[in-house]
Amino acid sequence: MTKKITLKINGAEHTMEVEPRMLLVHAIRENASLTGTHIGCDTSSCGACTILIDGKSAKSCTILAVQAQGKEIATVEGLATAEGLHPIQEGFHLNHALHCGFCTPGMMMRAIELLEKNPNPTEEEIRWGISGNLCRCTGYNNIVTAIQWTSAKMQGKELPSTEPKFV
Amino acid sequence: MIAENFNYDAPTSLEEAIALLHQYGDDAKILAGGHSLIPMMKLRFASPTHLIDINNIPGLSYVKEEDGYLKIGAMTKEVEVEESEIIHAKYQIFMDATKLIADPQVRNFGTLGGNLAHGDAANDHPAVMIALGAEVEITSKDGKRTVGIDDFFHGFYTTAVEHGEVLTEIRIPAASGNYGSAYHKAERKVGDYATAGVAAMIQIDDQGRCTKAGIGLTNVSPLPFRAKRSEAVLVGSDLSEAVIAQAAQYAAEDCSPSEDLRGNVEYKRHLVGVITKRMLNKAISRAKK
Amino acid sequence: MIKCKTSKAIGGMGHSKKRKEDARFIQGKGNYVDDVKLPGMLYMDIVRSPYAYAKIKNIDATAALAIPGVVAVVTGKDLEKYGLHWMPTLMSDTQMVLPTDTVMYQAQEVAAVIATSRYLARDGKEAVMVDYEPMDPVMDPFKALDEDAPVLRSDQEGKTDNHIWHWEVGDKEKTADVFNNADVVVKQQMHIPRIHVASIETCGCVASYDKVDNHLTMYMTTQAPHAIRTVIALVAGHVGLTEEKIRVISPDIGGGFGGKVPVYPGYVIAIAVSFLTGAPIKWIEDRSENLQADSFARDYHITAEMAGTKDGKIQATRFKVLADHGYTDASANPSKFPTGLFSIGTGSYDYGAAYMEADAVYTNKPPGGVAYRCSFRVTEAVHAIERMTDMFAKKVGKDPAQLRMENFIKKEDFPWASPTGWSYDSGDYHAGLQKAMDAIGYHDLRKEQIEMRAQGKFLGIGISTFTEVVGAGPSQDFDILGIKMFDSAEIRVHPTGKAIARFGTKSQGQGHETTYAQIIAEELGIPMEHIQIEEGDTDTAPYGLGTYASRSTPTAGAAAAMAARKLRDKAKKIAAHLLEVSEQDLEWEPGKFFVKGAPEKAKTIQEIVFAAYTNHPEGMEGGFEATHYYDPPNLTFPSGAYICVVEVDAETCDIKVRRFVAIDDCGNIINPMIVQGQVHGGLTQGIAPAMYEELIYDKAGNILNGTFMDYLVPTAVESPSWETGHTVTPAPHHPIGAKGVGESPTVGAPPAIVNAIVDAVAHLGIKHLEIPVTPFKLFKELQKVGYFKKAT
Ligand SMILES: Cc1cc2nc3c(=O)[nH]c(=O)nc-3n(C[C@H](O)[C@H](O)[C@H](O)COP(=O)(O)OP(=O)(O)OC[C@H]3O[C@@H](n4cnc5c(N)ncnc54)[C@H](O)[C@@H]3O)c2cc1C
Ligand code: FES
Ligand code: FES
Repeated sequence: MTKKITLKINGAEHTMEVEPRMLLVHAIRENASLTGTHIGCDTSSCGACTILIDGKSAKSCTILAVQAQGKEIATVEGLATAEGLHPIQEGFHLNHALHCGFCTPGMMMRAIELLEKNPNPTEEEIRWGISGNLCRCTGYNNIVTAIQWTSAKMQGKELPSTEPKFV
Repeated sequence: MIAENFNYDAPTSLEEAIALLHQYGDDAKILAGGHSLIPMMKLRFASPTHLIDINNIPGLSYVKEEDGYLKIGAMTKEVEVEESEIIHAKYQIFMDATKLIADPQVRNFGTLGGNLAHGDAANDHPAVMIALGAEVEITSKDGKRTVGIDDFFHGFYTTAVEHGEVLTEIRIPAASGNYGSAYHKAERKVGDYATAGVAAMIQIDDQGRCTKAGIGLTNVSPLPFRAKRSEAVLVGSDLSEAVIAQAAQYAAEDCSPSEDLRGNVEYKRHLVGVITKRMLNKAISRAKK
Repeated sequence: MIKCKTSKAIGGMGHSKKRKEDARFIQGKGNYVDDVKLPGMLYMDIVRSPYAYAKIKNIDATAALAIPGVVAVVTGKDLEKYGLHWMPTLMSDTQMVLPTDTVMYQAQEVAAVIATSRYLARDGKEAVMVDYEPMDPVMDPFKALDEDAPVLRSDQEGKTDNHIWHWEVGDKEKTADVFNNADVVVKQQMHIPRIHVASIETCGCVASYDKVDNHLTMYMTTQAPHAIRTVIALVAGHVGLTEEKIRVISPDIGGGFGGKVPVYPGYVIAIAVSFLTGAPIKWIEDRSENLQADSFARDYHITAEMAGTKDGKIQATRFKVLADHGYTDASANPSKFPTGLFSIGTGSYDYGAAYMEADAVYTNKPPGGVAYRCSFRVTEAVHAIERMTDMFAKKVGKDPAQLRMENFIKKEDFPWASPTGWSYDSGDYHAGLQKAMDAIGYHDLRKEQIEMRAQGKFLGIGISTFTEVVGAGPSQDFDILGIKMFDSAEIRVHPTGKAIARFGTKSQGQGHETTYAQIIAEELGIPMEHIQIEEGDTDTAPYGLGTYASRSTPTAGAAAAMAARKLRDKAKKIAAHLLEVSEQDLEWEPGKFFVKGAPEKAKTIQEIVFAAYTNHPEGMEGGFEATHYYDPPNLTFPSGAYICVVEVDAETCDIKVRRFVAIDDCGNIINPMIVQGQVHGGLTQGIAPAMYEELIYDKAGNILNGTFMDYLVPTAVESPSWETGHTVTPAPHHPIGAKGVGESPTVGAPPAIVNAIVDAVAHLGIKHLEIPVTPFKLFKELQKVGYFKKAT
């Protein structure tokens, strides 16, 4: 019952024999050994498994590996280049938008598409835009700030301070 | 959570898909966005032996106005509806509804056809389609047939789409004149299925009389529900506060919610009343713009 | 602004240093337990009971074993042969690893399926046929004490009821006396519901037993690797797994919050199977299993009372608790504290009489009693006291802020002896509340509230001014299974002046790799970038009891400072030797010793360390290493003043948090950015139980919301934009004056939110609302007071 598929992940081709029921997230994590994409639930609710498929953010736990044949898949491992970190990675680091880091890859992949479609999102738009990604550690404040910072960075605007603000 | 095993095909034409459905019989299922079906298969609530993925069939994804209809291809994704210019300009109800359906990742995959074909009164588009008076085009090996939305939903997870058939298009009478529509649902948290949802469509003539009204309710009846008494009281009226209150009250009385974690019967009826009032007012103010 | 003693380059305390651990997480290079892949590894899945209480008549594994790739099916009977079918809990109760005859809660482990892949293990699980004989479960903890209730733990010899233990503290007679003579008494029954930590990473392990070396390596999601190693040795020592043969590795952990303290049956089964087969066994729970079977938190039914004078002086409190522990007491409390630190419930207020008692019972629910980002039952206590304070204020007709100001323990009265026996170390409660009130514009809000009410709109303002108790703890009182709750640090500085330090704690997101380095940088003047922190490997780290209950900074953080000070003493000797002066002539500034009055005559810490390896004084031990086991003299008492503003939709009952200001006092701050991050996260875990989360069971024992579809973890939309700040009252007895902060917000936020919601609808006759306050619940309460008509 297995099928031979080739997944193009971060530009590299991975050919594998999979059962049709194999979830894309397992194919990425186990067959392609890219474990940066995580699994946090079994009901498509948490977004820890978020990747990009042809540029669209997707919950890879709710997509079959066979469906991804021939598509361009991007995972967290592909964000940094020889030139350095992706702005979203910098944004998350500088704004303390991660604690345990488990939701972080999915959250960043989601944020990338959000900013792609809406380079200048309001706080409200960011909050709704990441509503498919649960974070149990950060309380989301700094994730919102990180996405705002990244928005400025990607548009070459003046960068907001990354010092914490207190009342 | 892992599904039972199955065979997978990804045909590139509708004919091929229909032939495969016939070949594999009752245990074959169509895979559209997969965001209702795959979660159910992972939980082993559904165990089809064959999946026919229709994502590779061209021509099933569009939003356009044609022949007096707004036509939406069955494979059109929520996100494509959200981003469609026609929708922004004239059918704001979809903006209201899509924002409240699941989350952006799910909306990148979930299709409008799948949302209806799933046959779940908890989904949001059924009520929207009821309010808008949609009809659904279904294709089989014998050709195409059209089913009015009121005849579409047959029971829990069952619809007018029979085995060997594919839902191919949704048609909505095009907005004309002073036309407004709106949707809202009460939900326990963002992305949740509705505790109670109300879709409203209103058309008004130049004298301020209501010429057309549609009200569909989400998740407060075993089947997606049309609030007929409410519509009747609205059509021909001047849409006064009292009429709206009456329509809201009828909707609350006529639905038949059941008690669950989201609320008891009284609470859900109460919400239907409040949201019906609010959505009618919103649709009216949009119609007047 | 926080004053720093060190330069930014050194990066000691007070600097908002960016985190060192981030690099791997943002690049997908974290190493969580499910990322561990070993050659020959097999996968385990667990068959779970559909019933809450049932006899197991038969387990038929034939069909499962017929599936190619399914290697074994393990039952309780199999484990019984090795005496591994039961295990001790951290509270010295017992818990089944796998049942031999009876299941005690829905989703309990019944059998384990081992297969060559995750997918086949799941297929095998579905194919195992279990024949049950269901029995009527005991779900209501109050009914569990009825005479005719079935005795659930008949495995315990001589057990005739479902009562587990009774606990009390305070002066019962004196308190009764105050209550009998008080002007005003308020009383409220409240339930602090069962909830789940739901860290985004579930629990799991890879157990890898090497038959040749008789050695077990256990990768697992644990907050307390050393304690786990000891527990494994206690459970499995009799089959040859003694402590030196066990290495527990706690890799990166995707959130813990208390849920990764206990030993779950899955871990033990994985070890047993690896021990028997010699193959590495991976077990990773699903989210549903995690929610349905792993330790719950809270579930306290509290009858709370407060007595005072009619002009608003609090005089006494009395709390009576019924604790629902499920079928075994698997709490993660210090041994001598069955209710954890619940006795902190006298709060931030100055009065002399209090009495608290608790009884625990068995029911057919999952075992537990762990924290939920909370220091041992402090949240339950704080909820009770802060709700009662508001009710009392209402009753005597005082503004709740004013009443708090009038009853606070005064700054100059610390250390303060609480009526339940604590010695609060320090605090400035007036300053905290004043700061919060100023930040939120308290008095203007009160005016706005009146105006809005006139328009039929509901605005509520809620306060919580809480005292936390963390940092367990002093060894005379605190132990887990007899092991004292000190913690450790070991620092090694290499010849070139760079260091590695190892700890017995384990970060699950708290940022230890950064903050511990800052503490050492503060003490030694070595730049924090040059200090590498390691935790979580029992083969390399010194013994410690782990990270939970906000104890890492109070214990291991102190150990780091103390170990560093030992090194500084040594450095001084070496510097004196190098500069050829006596030690008394030397003065320290971060990074170097210099001769008093001659600052140009100096030796940097790097030069000194190099000399420790190349040119140390005669008679001195070479090298530059120190270890310290820190036994705290007292706990620390962080505090906070939180104000929440809510708007309630008068028709739909939707509740929206408009603003939330949190002023925390955690003593001296190591890294303001990280402290703030902890507070943000804790606040979202405060709004969660206040408005969204609760594990719900029906009478038949079925869990009704055991997935993320229905167990409502807040998203970025539910979570408001938090506003935070601090006051600084250093802990006088702590080497660096720090108090711990990770859990304060979880503890303090719920009553602020509930007080705000109650305040919003108080004019309609609402006096109390049970958490989680959902729109549905609020609707029902507003029906009761006649605001909404009831259907006839
Ligand atoms: C976390 C989460 C939250 C969600 N929340 C909401 C929500 O709030 N509101 C809401 O409305 N939905 C919600 N959904 C459901 C989501 O919108 C689904 O995408 C949608 O219901 C089904 O569309 P689909 O394209 O994914 O269909 P699929 O899952 O592919 O199919 C669903 C069913 O319809 C059949 N089918 C699909 N397309 C056709 C067709 N063209 N012809 C014939 N049969 C067909 C399939 O065989 C299957 O039985 C949620 C989903 C998730 C995962
Ligand atoms: S793993 Fe939770 S949404 Fe995919
Ligand atoms: S950082 Fe831990 S879940 Fe988001």
